[in-house]
Amino acid sequence: MFASCADPKTLEGLAWLMCYLTSGKHMLFYLSFGTVILLLAITAPVALLFGFGGALASRSRIAPLRWFGKTYTSMVRGVPDIIFFLFVPIALDQAFEWLRAKAYCDPSVPIRQGNDFVVCPAAKLPLSTAPEWVHQSYGVFLAVIAFAIVFGAFAANVLYGAMNAVPKAQLETAEAYGMSPRQVNRRILIPQMWTYALPGLANLWMILIKATPLLFVLGVEDIVYWARELGGSKTSAYAYPHPDWRIYYFLGILVFYLLMTWGSERFFDRIRARLSSGQATMAGEAMRKAAS
Amino acid sequence: MSQCLQTLHDYGLRAIGIGERLLPRSDFTLCQQFTLIGSGLIWNIYFGALALFVGFFFANALAVAKLSGPAWLRKPAEWFIFLFRGSPLFIQFFVAYEALVQLPRAGIDVFGITVQTSWLTRAWAGALIVLILNTAAYSAEIFYGALRNVPKGELEAADAYGMAGWTRYRRVVWPTAMRLAWPAYTNEAIFLFHATTLVFFSSFPAFQQQGDSLYYASYFADKTFNPFVAYPIVAGYFILLTLCLIGLFGVVNRRLNRHLPGAARKIRYRPNLLR
Repeated sequence: MFASCADPKTLEGLAWLMCYLTSGKHMLFYLSFGTVILLLAITAPVALLFGFGGALASRSRIAPLRWFGKTYTSMVRGVPDIIFFLFVPIALDQAFEWLRAKAYCDPSVPIRQGNDFVVCPAAKLPLSTAPEWVHQSYGVFLAVIAFAIVFGAFAANVLYGAMNAVPKAQLETAEAYGMSPRQVNRRILIPQMWTYALPGLANLWMILIKATPLLFVLGVEDIVYWARELGGSKTSAYAYPHPDWRIYYFLGILVFYLLMTWGSERFFDRIRARLSSGQATMAGEAMRKAAS
Repeated sequence: MSQCLQTLHDYGLRAIGIGERLLPRSDFTLCQQFTLIGSGLIWNIYFGALALFVGFFFANALAVAKLSGPAWLRKPAEWFIFLFRGSPLFIQFFVAYEALVQLPRAGIDVFGITVQTSWLTRAWAGALIVLILNTAAYSAEIFYGALRNVPKGELEAADAYGMAGWTRYRRVVWPTAMRLAWPAYTNEAIFLFHATTLVFFSSFPAFQQQGDSLYYASYFADKTFNPFVAYPIVAGYFILLTLCLIGLFGVVNRRLNRHLPGAARKIRYRPNLLR
């Protein structure tokens, strides 16, 4: 990166370390922190949306919709979610390729040949001629969907509970005023449920943060991948030879996650205070007493 | 049928190294998948049960230290709980493994006796230690919350009976705290069992392909390119395991609440799986 780093063999001490930490591979390592944050930024709203849909569906008056909602919300109960993270991307990938094979391939060739899942080259996703970054972002895309489905189910659980926690009298009053079920939902239920949902959603956010290293299991080049790659001992054939430094890289990642969860906790404390004010809950009552 | 019995004989205890040496390579039958994945469950139960047992005592000590210990005890307890609850278990496994690998290979000399260290890098010991510390931190937070919620009236009643210190803690505070904490602790136990599936996906190597249930499931899914059989099988096994745990903890819950007729509410399982 810097001109002085042209010949790392001649460098020593701090200058060597500075050049080492700004090498091209390290830049990719730092970028992968961005991948994690990007994943969080995309997954959180999508999962919330899925959860919202799931919760509304399981309160629906239409029976099939309700069954779907209930199944979705209870899907992740009892099953370790890493199983879903392993299962959903492969299943989705095969589903996409299967659909494309139906459209683009010769129908006389079976897709499942014994133990193998084979589609013709035109149906491969991404195409084998596609550049490396397409393969990477396709992996991230599948990961985002897997995360959104699993965390959507969690969020549906939380939101369903929160919707049930809104005092019944409020909803009945709204109905007595002649509001339609849709209006009751939009004007009374949804604005009021957030304070009940927040503890659960905050907890979910923490769990989501701590689930991001599983990207590595999905084969995405994330921080864990780079930490193992960069930290492994390098012989003098490399520009920057060093012994096994993986522990330092992993300690760095540990600190990154501790900072993330610590910062989030501070943030949620603030929101909690704001949402509790004026609510007929214990926290709201305590705030009212403290103010008067 | 008899073929399946043979498979059960060959692979039933494969996860702990008893039976056929080689894993099946082709023509996987449903029976093979059920048997091998089931035998992998031995490791999940081993990690979960032992970590839960040891972690329970550790967590109690931590909770008391965080609640009422002197500052030199309270601060480390708080930091310990923050460290293990604030970071992903997956990363904790990696850090622990890399740290344990750094230990000298030949062993450490303590007063002339060589203490072997190589066994620490094996999953059965290294991963177990991480799981114990992790569950201790999570449970300690639950117990700490319960200790803070012990009703004031019960403490005053204990004082009135002339109980103090250890007697009061053992006979009044601790049983009540356990009663209050038990539903949350049940969930923690379930998460712990689910978390054991991470062990062989972190650095810890599966010695001679002796892995847990998810290790075998992903082995089958990789070999057959078919995720629709192996993963549902693990999922089914884990639902059974979860139901057993809920039953087992429900018995304890009823016993803890036996003096309060009608108070033993059914434990509601709230899924918060990953750490």
